[in-house]
Amino acid sequence: MSLITTLARAEAVATGRATPLATVRHRYLSERPLVLVPLTTAGEVGAPLGALVGTVREEPRLLVVPQPRDRDLRFAFLSELAQVVLPYVEGYADEVEVEPATRNRVGAPPSRQAGGESEVCADAPQLIVPNSAAADYVRLLGRSTRFRRTAEEDPETPFPVPARVPLLGRWLTHYGERARTPGSSLLLAMTELLTRHWATGQSDLEDQHLGALLAWIDLPLSSPVGVPPAKPGGGPPPPGLSGAAAARRAESGRGADGLLFFPPAGPATDPVFDNTVLAPAMKRYDAGLTGAEQRIRDLVASQLRPTWDAVWHGLDLLRALGEGGRVEERWKRDRWSYTGHRDRVRAGEPPQPRRDNAVAAAQKLAGRETAQARLAAAEALDDPLVMAGRRLAGEAFAGEVAEVEMAYSEGKIPKPRPLVTVLTGDRPHLDPDGKVFRALPEGKTQQGQFVEWAGPGAAVVRLVNGMGRGREPEPASVPEKGDRVCWTLFEHSPRGGAELPDPEDTPWTHGGPPQAPGEASLDTVNAMNSLDSPDPVTAEDYL
Amino acid sequence: MTTAAGEAAAAATERILHDTLYGTARGVVVDSPPGAGKSTLVVRAARELVAAGESLMVVAQTNAQVDDLADRLATADPELPIGRLHGSDSLPDPVLDGHPSVMKSTKAGDLAQQKVVVATAAKWAFVKDVEPWRHAIVDEAYQMRSDALLQVAGLFERALFVGDPGQLDPFSVVGADQWAGLSYDPSASAVVTLLAHNPGLPQHRLPVSWRLPASAAPLVSDAFYPYTPFRSGTGPEDRRLYFGVPSDGSGPDRVLDEAAASGWGLLELPARHTPRTDPEAVRAVALVVRRLLDRGGVAVSERGTSPLTADRVAVGTAHRDQAAAVRAALAEVGVSGVAVDTANRLQGREFDVTVVLHPLSGRPDATAFHLETGRLCVLASRHRHACIVVCRAGVAELLDEHPSTEPVQLGVTVKFPDGWEANHAVLAHLAEHAVRWRP
Repeated sequence: MSLITTLARAEAVATGRATPLATVRHRYLSERPLVLVPLTTAGEVGAPLGALVGTVREEPRLLVVPQPRDRDLRFAFLSELAQVVLPYVEGYADEVEVEPATRNRVGAPPSRQAGGESEVCADAPQLIVPNSAAADYVRLLGRSTRFRRTAEEDPETPFPVPARVPLLGRWLTHYGERARTPGSSLLLAMTELLTRHWATGQSDLEDQHLGALLAWIDLPLSSPVGVPPAKPGGGPPPPGLSGAAAARRAESGRGADGLLFFPPAGPATDPVFDNTVLAPAMKRYDAGLTGAEQRIRDLVASQLRPTWDAVWHGLDLLRALGEGGRVEERWKRDRWSYTGHRDRVRAGEPPQPRRDNAVAAAQKLAGRETAQARLAAAEALDDPLVMAGRRLAGEAFAGEVAEVEMAYSEGKIPKPRPLVTVLTGDRPHLDPDGKVFRALPEGKTQQGQFVEWAGPGAAVVRLVNGMGRGREPEPASVPEKGDRVCWTLFEHSPRGGAELPDPEDTPWTHGGPPQAPGEASLDTVNAMNSLDSPDPVTAEDYL
Repeated sequence: MTTAAGEAAAAATERILHDTLYGTARGVVVDSPPGAGKSTLVVRAARELVAAGESLMVVAQTNAQVDDLADRLATADPELPIGRLHGSDSLPDPVLDGHPSVMKSTKAGDLAQQKVVVATAAKWAFVKDVEPWRHAIVDEAYQMRSDALLQVAGLFERALFVGDPGQLDPFSVVGADQWAGLSYDPSASAVVTLLAHNPGLPQHRLPVSWRLPASAAPLVSDAFYPYTPFRSGTGPEDRRLYFGVPSDGSGPDRVLDEAAASGWGLLELPARHTPRTDPEAVRAVALVVRRLLDRGGVAVSERGTSPLTADRVAVGTAHRDQAAAVRAALAEVGVSGVAVDTANRLQGREFDVTVVLHPLSGRPDATAFHLETGRLCVLASRHRHACIVVCRAGVAELLDEHPSTEPVQLGVTVKFPDGWEANHAVLAHLAEHAVRWRP
C-alpha cells in the first residue's frame, strides 16, 4: 500500500467517512451497462441459485433455479441467461468505425497494428458485477459452459445443452479473461471500482463487502430507490452514524427473524438464510407443493435486490466523477478486444482452450504488464491526487522553474539542450543521468535528463527532445522562469517488449510446439481436453 | 585457502566444462551459491568453447551484468573478438572502450564475426532472422523469467545455464496465478521451466564460496541452501578485520568490534512500530558506517592486507525509499562513496563489510515481500569479512505472529526453506552477536 493510501485510510478512520483517492473517474462507464448479480448454491461448485440481470435499473430480470442440484434446471437457467446476455452483447457487433491504415494503432491486436484499413466496433458491451468474487463466478460459468455441445451441433452428444449456452460461455470467458488486464473496463466489479476511487477505514478484505463499502462512502446509507427495505429496520441508518458503525450494521445487522438486513453481495449466500429459509422452501419444492417455486423465487429475489440496487447506486456515485482524460483511449483497447472476439466467433473458431499454451500465456502476461505500466502513468497524468501519491513516493516531482539556461549538444548540427532548474519540495529518487518525462499540451511527452542537484530542492534537468527540429526550440516547448512543471521518473506511454515466437516455434526449453495445433474444429478441442491422462495406479491405491 | 576446498571446486568445474563441451544434453544447469566463482566459470566456459572452434552467445539479465561480463572476458583474453549488443538508448559502460577487442553495436548482424556476443535477454529478444548459435551461456538464469527464455531460446541449439537459486526470484507486477502450476508458467524462473520440460539435463553445483568468510558460509548454507550445502574457500584464520582506533564504548563501536571478531553483528534498537524509513534506524546505519570508516579498519585476507575504504563498504535495504533515506543520512554525517542500494540491485556484487537494515525492522506485519528468502539471502551474503544488521527488537515475535500463509498451488514445487524459516535461522544466529543500543 502506498503512503498516500495509508494516509487516506488513516484519515477515513479519523473522520469516520471514506476519503477520496481520485478526483476523476479512472474507468470507463458505458451509458447502458449490463448489470449482473449472480448467486451460487452453498456447497455445490458452479451451481447457480439465481441472478438479477438487465440494463434497466427499474426492470431487473429475475432468474432463479428452484432446485440447483437438478442439472436440467441449471442449464435452463443458463439458457435464460443467454437470452438476456447474448442479445445485449451481440447488439454492439454491427456498428463499426473504420480505422484508417496506420502504423501504430492504439490497442489493436498485433495482427492489425499495421496494414490497411480495419474495422473496430464503435462501442462495446459492458458487464458490471457487484464484487471480484462475482467476476470470478463469471469466469467459472464461462469455463463450465463453453465446451458443452448442443443437439444442433452434434445430435450424438449424450447430454446436449440448450442452444446458445456454449456461445454464452465463450463470451463470459472472454470478458472474464479481459478483466484481468489492468485498466480494462469490459467487465467491472463494483467493489473494485469503488475502492479505486475511495479509501475506507477498514481492511481490503472488509472492502469486498459491497454494503459495508458503500456505508463508508455514502453516509447516511440511502434507501434503495423505489424498493422497500428488505426487512423492517433495514432502512437508512440514523444520522450521525460513523462509517465503521454503518459498515458493521450493513455487514451483520439482523432482524428478529435472524436474517441480515443487507444480504451479502454474493455469489455466496448468508448461511442463516440457506438453513432457516431456503432449505425448507426447497424441501417443499421437491415435494411438489403448489406455490413452492414462487416462494423460492421471492426468497432469492429478496437476497438479490439490495445488491442490485447497491450496484446501481455505486454507478451513480461514480458517474458523478468526471471521466479521466485517458480513459477513452483505454476503452478503445477494450473495443478492439471485443471486436477481436466477435471476429473469432464469426470465423467459427473453437472456444478458448482450457489452458493457455506457453506462448499465449507469455503474451498475455506481457500485455498485462504493459497495460499496468500504462495505466499507472495515465492515472497519474489524469489526476493530480494520484500524481501527488507518485510524488510522495519519490517517482515524480513538481515545482517552479527557477532558471533556464540555453545550451546545445555537441556534434555537426548542434541541437538545443536547455538546462532547466526546478525548485521543488518533493524528494524524488533521482539517479544521475536518470530519465525524466513531462507532459506537453496536445498529449505529447518531453523527455529530460536529470543533471544534478544545484542546491537543496533545486533539480537541474536537461531537455533532450520535444523542441522541434531546428536550432532554436519551437515556441512554448521550453518552460520559462516561473512556470509550474511536473516531471515524472516513469514513462508516460511505455511500450511492450519484443514479440514472442509463434506457437509452432515454441523452443525445446518450453516443451516444443503444442501437440495439437489450433485446428478450427471442436474435435481437436475435445481431443485436447482428454490429453490429461489419469495418474498411474500405484500400490497405495489398493490399500 | 584450504586445499580440499580448492580441489572440490576444481573437480566440479571440470565436470561442468566436460558436459558443456562434450556432453550430448542440450542444456547444462549449474547452481552457484553466493561468491562461488560463477563469473569465473562463465568466462572460462566461453574461452574453452571458443578454443574448441565454436562461437557463442551470452545472455545476462541487466546491462550492468552484461558490461561486467564483457569486461571480464576481454581482460581474461585480450585477443578474443567480443561483440557487445546493446539497445539504442542504453549505451554500454565506457569501461569497455578500453578493450580494442570489444565491438559494440545495436545490430546483431554487425557482430556476426565476433566469437562471443554478449547482450541482455531483453535485447536478444529483438534479434530475428539469424542463424542460431550452436552454443549459449545464460547467466543469472534463476533471475531470468520463463517468458524471457521463451523469447530467446530459439536463438541457440544448446546452452549452459548458470545462476544462484537462493537469490531473489523473478517477479511480475501483475497477477500470474492463473498459470501457477503450469510447467511453462511465464512468471516462473527460466530454470524451473527448463527443468520441468527437460528433467534429464545434467545439473551441477559449485561447492565452494570464495567470497563468504568461514564465519558466514555455514550460516548462509544452512539457512538458505539446506539441501545443497556449500563451504567457504577460506579458513577461519585467513580473513581478519581490525581497527586502528579503539572503541569509544558506544553502541555502533561495540557492534563493530563484535562484527570484526565474529563476522556478524546485530545492532538492536528498542522495539517500536515505525514507518519504512525509520529515522532512528536509518541514522543508526549511518553512524555505524561513519564509525566503520573513522576507526581505520584494515582487512586481511588471502588477497593481502588493505585498508577498509568507502568503496569496500555497502549498505543494503529492502526498499528504495529506505536506500534514499540512508543516502541522505550518510551525506549528513559526511560519508560518500559507500554503495547504498536495495537487495535487488546489490545482487551479484561483493564488498568487504556490509551494513544491512533488516527488512522486518519496525514492521507491524510480515508480508511475503519482506519474508522472501532471496531478499535476506542477498543481504546476508555480499560480504567478505563482516555483516552488521541494524534492526528493531521484536522481529522474532513478529515472525511468530505471521506464519507463512501463501496458498499452496498444485503443481508448483514448494521452495525450501521458506522465508519464515530462513528468517528465524538468521535471527537466531544474529542473537548471539547482538548489541542492544538506545540511540
